[in-house]
Amino acid sequence: MKFGVVRFPGSCDDVDAQLAASRVGEAVLLWHADRDLQGVDAVVVPGGFSYGDYLRVGAIARFAPVMEEVIEFARAGGPVLGICNGFQVLCEAGLLPGALLPNVGLRFLCRQVDVDVEGECAFTHGLVGERLSIPVKHTTGRYYAPDPDRVRVVLRYAPGENPNGSLNDIAGVCNEAGNVMGLMPHPEHAVDELVGGSADGLKLFASAAAVLSHA
Amino acid sequence: MRARVLIRPKAGILDPQGIAVERALPALGFGGVSNVHVGRLVELDVEDAGQLDDMCRKLLANPLIEDYEIVR
Repeated sequence: MKFGVVRFPGSCDDVDAQLAASRVGEAVLLWHADRDLQGVDAVVVPGGFSYGDYLRVGAIARFAPVMEEVIEFARAGGPVLGICNGFQVLCEAGLLPGALLPNVGLRFLCRQVDVDVEGECAFTHGLVGERLSIPVKHTTGRYYAPDPDRVRVVLRYAPGENPNGSLNDIAGVCNEAGNVMGLMPHPEHAVDELVGGSADGLKLFASAAAVLSHA
Repeated sequence: MRARVLIRPKAGILDPQGIAVERALPALGFGGVSNVHVGRLVELDVEDAGQLDDMCRKLLANPLIEDYEIVR
């Protein structure tokens, strides 16, 4: 099992994502200007501020050379996880429905939240019904979709926990096929109880590894 | 040619920036202000103005959440 973590100029959670993925498999970094996915089995598009998030969050990163390969990989069924800025990039790329808007309170938020796993996908296999404790840290995390009834929700903020005004408390969604998932909370920052207070985030990475090993 | 693209949050989508500005103005003594929305202006020189609409849809705006207007 080999994960590839994309590194854009301005990514800042790439190393944590690589560390998290390395707990369940091999993990390599994929440079934004390279078109080579190095034969990885799953791709993580990490958090940060890709290309400075100029113009609109995720808008420019979507056109990075590596993203052309990631889009092709996703369309062929490869598992792709977008975290925070990565979620924004995947929405801009059209791999996931909807968009992320500025938090309703306009402030940067950084706190631990509870999220409920509601839907099955490559990264939530066997986790439906579980409540996970994972941190959020963002300014632009208010999920919006024009037609929310058609969106496959996989993670929802637990009652009373919605930190940013996301539509229907949506914290994470997946595509129709269930191989591409995006979420605003940061599972890569919750992989060790000693430093994160929770290791729940590791479950998403372990899910991908388990799904692939049975494929 | 010089073109300007005005990008606005789509009607009906909560615009917290607009709300923040709308609340700040009365605090400075400016009354009678409503419907404030904050958007973005992109100015650019283009050789082929016919490409502007495509540019807006693919990059300058996100049509899911924003409306755009091309001013030539």
